[in-house]
Amino acid sequence: MSTVQVHYRLQRGEFCLDVDLDLPLRGITGIYGASGAGKTSLLRCIAGLERPSSGELVVDGDVWDSSVTNTWRAVHARDIGYVFQEPSLFAHLDVRSNIEYGLRRRGNRNAAEFDKIVGMLGLEKQLNRMPDELSGGEAQRVAIARALLCSPRFVLMDEPLASLDQARKEEILPFLDRLHAEAEIPIIYVSHNIDEICRLCDHLVVMEGGTIAASGDLQSVLVAADAAVLSGDQAGSVIHGSVQDYDRNDDLTCLQMPGGQLWVPGEAGERGAELRLRIRASDVSLCRVMPEQSTILNILPATVESIRSDNDAAALVKVSLGEASILSRVTRRSVRELNLQQGDNVFAQIKSVAVRPTLSRYAVRSDRSSSR
Amino acid sequence: MNAGNLFEPLWLSVQLAGITTVLLILIATPIAWWLAQSQSRWKPVVQTVVALPIVLPPTVMGFYLLIVLGPAGAIGSWWVELTGNALTFSFLGLVIASCLYSLPFAVQPLVTAFESLGKRNLEAAWTLGATRMDAFFSVAVPLSLRGYLSAVVLSFAHTLGEFGVVLMVGGNIPGETRVISIAIYDQVESLNYAAAHQLSAVLLVVAFLALFAMFFVNRRWHRR
Repeated sequence: MSTVQVHYRLQRGEFCLDVDLDLPLRGITGIYGASGAGKTSLLRCIAGLERPSSGELVVDGDVWDSSVTNTWRAVHARDIGYVFQEPSLFAHLDVRSNIEYGLRRRGNRNAAEFDKIVGMLGLEKQLNRMPDELSGGEAQRVAIARALLCSPRFVLMDEPLASLDQARKEEILPFLDRLHAEAEIPIIYVSHNIDEICRLCDHLVVMEGGTIAASGDLQSVLVAADAAVLSGDQAGSVIHGSVQDYDRNDDLTCLQMPGGQLWVPGEAGERGAELRLRIRASDVSLCRVMPEQSTILNILPATVESIRSDNDAAALVKVSLGEASILSRVTRRSVRELNLQQGDNVFAQIKSVAVRPTLSRYAVRSDRSSSR
Repeated sequence: MNAGNLFEPLWLSVQLAGITTVLLILIATPIAWWLAQSQSRWKPVVQTVVALPIVLPPTVMGFYLLIVLGPAGAIGSWWVELTGNALTFSFLGLVIASCLYSLPFAVQPLVTAFESLGKRNLEAAWTLGATRMDAFFSVAVPLSLRGYLSAVVLSFAHTLGEFGVVLMVGGNIPGETRVISIAIYDQVESLNYAAAHQLSAVLLVVAFLALFAMFFVNRRWHRR
C-alpha cells in the first residue's frame, strides 16, 4: 500500500513542529487538532509551500524532500492538489478556465475526467461564470474541482469548510461524501471540526502543540484511551452498521451493527446499505441493570473496557459492544457510586445517533480496507 | 510659425513618451516585483533611489546626467568609443534621461498592484503546476492590469510634459531633441504667444484625456 512518510522539524519562533508520521494514500485521512496545533504548517510543508528546518518527505517511495541528501522538489513539480481555506480562485478567469488552469499544466486532458469531476461537484451550470458571481460554497467547489483535475497523487485540503457558514457547509459536505465514494484520489483533510472528521475520514491523525498525539484508523483513534484531545463534548465514537429494516408506522430504521441492533429515526437507507454511525459520548449513559420502561429505544449490553477521569466532573468510559467500542461520558460520582470497574457488564443507553451513508469503499470495515 | 513646425515637436514628444513608456514597463516590472516581494534590508535603499526623481529638481538630475552621459562621462565616453556619437544632445540620450526621470511613475503603481495580489493567488498557481515565471505571467500580470494601466498613463503623461531634464541633457535641436515643452518655452521667449497657446492647449488636452481615461477605466473595473 502506498504511503506518505513525513519526518519534519520546523522552528518558527516559539512554535515548533516535530512530526514523524506514516499516512496511508487511500481514502480520506483527517488531521485534527486545535488551532495552533501545526496542522496547516504540516500541510504546507508537504505541499512545498514551506520548507522545514530538517526532515524528509517520501511519497510512495519517491523522496521529495530530504535535508540529508539536500533534496528539494519545487511546489509546481509535486503532483498534489491543494485546497485552501478560502477558494483562492483566479479572479480574471471564468470557472472553466480556473478548473483548466492545473489541467493544462499537469493534468491529462481527458474530457471524460473533466465532465466526471465537474458533474460530481455539481458545477455544470457555473462553468461560464466569473468567480465573483459565485456563492462561497460554489467557489469552494470550483477550488476542489480545480485541485482534483491536475492529476494529483493526493489532494491536501486545509480546512476547506472553515470559512463557510453552517448552511454552506451542509451544501458542500454531500459533495465531499460523493468524492470520498467515487474518486480514486486520496485526500489529506485538515480540520478542527470533529463532526467533519467523523463524517468524512477513514484514518485519523490527532495533532497537539506541533506533535502527533495519535494516528490510526478513525474508529480506534476515537475511542483510544489516551486521545486526550478528543475529550469533552468532542468525545465520541464511530461504528459501522447496515440497514436491516424500516418501520413505516413509526418512521424508524433498524440497523444491524457489531454489538446488536440500533433504531434510528427516519428512513436511513436501502436494506443492506452500509452506514456510518457517530455516537457522541455525551449521548451514552450506563446502567448496571437492564432498564425497564425507558423511553430510550437503544439499550445494548456492553462490557467496560477502560475508564478515564478528566480533571472536571466527567469520566470517559470505553465500553465494548462485542467487536466495536463506544465511549460514554458520565460523571465521576456515577463511576464511584456504581463502582464501575474494568470488565464489568453494563447496559449502554444510546440516546441519539448521527447516521451517515458510508459511501467509501475503504471505510466499511478495517479488515477489508487493510487488504488493499 | 507654420503648422509643420508646430507638429514636429509634438510628434517628437509622442515618440519619446511612447518609447520611454515601453522601456519603463519592461524595466519597472522586475523592480516592482522585487519591491513587492522582498524582505531584504536593501529594500528601503532601492525604494529611495527609485523615488528620488519625484523630489529632485529636474535640473539637478539633468545636470548629473549631462555629466555622466557627456562625451567625457563614464557612460558617454564608452558610447562615443562604441558608436562615434555622443549621447548628450541626442534623441537616445533623451530616452535614457526620460526613463530615469519617469521611473517612479511606472514602479509605484506596479508595486501597489503586486502587493495587493496577496501570496495566496501565487501559491494556488504553484500548487496547480505553474512555475514561478508561469505563475507571474498567467496570474500576477493579468490580475495587475489596473496597475499596468496606471503605470502606462502616468509614465507617458509625465514624459510628455518633462522640461528641465530635457533642456539640460538634450538642448534644443529641432527634430532631434526639441520636444513640445521646449518648443513652448521657445515661443514664449520670442513672445510668440499664439503658437505657445496652441502647443500648451494640445498638452493640456492630452494630459486631461490620459488621466480621465485612467480614472474612468479604474472606476468601471472597481464596479465589477
